[in-house]
Amino acid sequence: MKSESKLEQILTKGEFAVTSECGPPRGADAEVIRKKGELLKGFVDGVNVTDNQTSVVRMSSISSCVILKGLGLNPIMQMVTRDRNRIAIQSDILGAAALGINNILCLTGDHQKFGDHASAKNVFDMDSIQLVQTVKLMRDEGKFLGGEELKGSPKMFIGAAENPFADPFEIRVPRLAKKVAAGVDFIQTQCIYNLPKFEKWMKLVRDRGLHERVHILGGVTPFKSVGMANYMKKSVPGMDVPDELIERMKAAPKEKKAEEGINICIETIQRLREIEGIHGVHVMAIEWEEMVSEIVKRAGLFPRPHIEG
Amino acid sequence: MIVAERKPLEQISSMIESNNKILIVGCGECVTVCSAGRKKEVEILASALNMVRSKEGKPVEIRQETLERQCDGEYLEQLRGFIGEYEVVISMACGAGVQFMAEKYKNSLVLPALNTKFIGVTEEQGVWSERCHACGDCKLHLTGGVCPIARCSKSLLNGPCGGSANGKCEISPDLVCGWQLIIERLSDLGQLEKYEEIIPINNWSTNRDGGPRKVVREDLRL
Amino acid sequence: MRLNYPSNVKIIKVPCTGKVDVIHLLQAFERGADGVYIAGCLEGDCHFLRGNLRARKRVEYTKRLLDEIGIGGERLQMYNMSAAQGPRFAEVAREMTERIMTLGPNPIRAKKGEAEMETG
Ligand code: SF4
Ligand code: SF4
Repeated sequence: MKSESKLEQILTKGEFAVTSECGPPRGADAEVIRKKGELLKGFVDGVNVTDNQTSVVRMSSISSCVILKGLGLNPIMQMVTRDRNRIAIQSDILGAAALGINNILCLTGDHQKFGDHASAKNVFDMDSIQLVQTVKLMRDEGKFLGGEELKGSPKMFIGAAENPFADPFEIRVPRLAKKVAAGVDFIQTQCIYNLPKFEKWMKLVRDRGLHERVHILGGVTPFKSVGMANYMKKSVPGMDVPDELIERMKAAPKEKKAEEGINICIETIQRLREIEGIHGVHVMAIEWEEMVSEIVKRAGLFPRPHIEG
Repeated sequence: MIVAERKPLEQISSMIESNNKILIVGCGECVTVCSAGRKKEVEILASALNMVRSKEGKPVEIRQETLERQCDGEYLEQLRGFIGEYEVVISMACGAGVQFMAEKYKNSLVLPALNTKFIGVTEEQGVWSERCHACGDCKLHLTGGVCPIARCSKSLLNGPCGGSANGKCEISPDLVCGWQLIIERLSDLGQLEKYEEIIPINNWSTNRDGGPRKVVREDLRL
Repeated sequence: MRLNYPSNVKIIKVPCTGKVDVIHLLQAFERGADGVYIAGCLEGDCHFLRGNLRARKRVEYTKRLLDEIGIGGERLQMYNMSAAQGPRFAEVAREMTERIMTLGPNPIRAKKGEAEMETG
């Protein structure tokens, strides 16, 4: 094993993995995180903890990860390159590893324009691919970017995100290849709604044999309402929501909209399980964490495999 | 060229609130091309300030000059004879010109009339856009001649990010995604395979991160 | 045809409104004009193709500048009319005069007047 991560063990065993997501609160109340954590406990193999997502200031990912770890969950620390330079990034990686966090998801991060501090200075000392390289260098070669040796490598399982639906499409597979070459261990994809397009992307991924070098977890997000489906389609850059899904949401009776959203999500998971090279799902139920257990159960992914440690 | 834009009139007039004898100096280089600090703009600013002050019943005396450029001592010398007669000098040059004038005339108060924006091009008449951040280590040979630092909102060297959609950057539907341009150029040039080479983490010490920069050519020095 | 238009309107002839620059408009106000309007050819009828369209853009720019100065952009207006529209010309002249009447005199001239009275 490269890391001390439960997620790595599950994926290496060939089990279909389930991860989910948890957004830290906009305040110092640890209880918020604990509540979300309790909802997910036992139903997932790892929990992403966002890092000031959409550039809105929240409790730090590292501390939220530690709180979740204390509950017995396996946190995946998200880290964006927007807010820290290489000095702070490497320091936080060491700190996180020392606190028992052994998964990291390397991201560039949304531009600060989207958040509540649009006048902030951004950093972008490196991009997500270079962040993957950085963690790998620290873990496998025991070195800092500056070339010096470090004592006590951070044993982290390295993840990254990929959006198969963003443009330009022709480089979406080459981009994954770059991440693989940089040393990424697992990939979580953007929310998948357009399955035919996703299957096309996966075929290209398999043609290059990339699915054998990285674990790909397909991302899903249940719609809560027609409004949310429309919002995802129109306002989230790089999101591909086919009209037929919006129609399905519209057609559902008023009190059953949410249920229909869950149905679509479960069908998507089922289809993803059939795709060669998909090793798990990443269920993002933003501010709807209580639905994750139901989705996992109804998708036939419960109970989760038990891993010692 | 360096592209600039006039500051709001209110800001300029508040800088000179208590002054009565003002010299406005335009610049004939970049800011003339981008119509921010050319002779015409000096005239307009003078006329506008005149009106602002007459309206307040506090008329000002304004002299207008436009130099060949303000980033060269030789041209700044042309102000030597009379600059001392003015309480303040409003420079309509880029930030470099304003500072250089202040360096040369230690006893004069030199104020900026422009906001210096970026190094860019004239996209079409009346439209200028950014092209270069002066990073000090040009990478255009790696990216099909399109700058990843200046034209990607996150200066990604291995982009695009997941927010690129329909050729536009995630931060605005009016902004082309720099990485879309890079990919298009690379494929037009038949060099798309170049995209798969990972550009390693950048050395920013040649950028402003390394402190104020200087170029010295010994062979040219007197 | 003899036309009646307010005698306070002073006409400055230019070969094409495209010749009118921002500075000319500003200087008119600087020298005390209460209002300025430009009568350009009908859009699409410019002898020099885009002269009147350019003039319109400059007028828009100058209006904003006049707002910034505090004189008020509404004292400046662009009109389009053909040479054959004499009555329209007179109508516009009256319209502008009325507008200026409601706005009152150019604040700069008002101030200058005061100053002169004080010293005089
Ligand atoms: S790579 Fe550097 S020098 Fe070259 S265009 Fe971009 S910012 Fe300018
Ligand atoms: S959308 Fe394109 S230009 Fe904008 S940040 Fe992403 S890669 Fe850069």
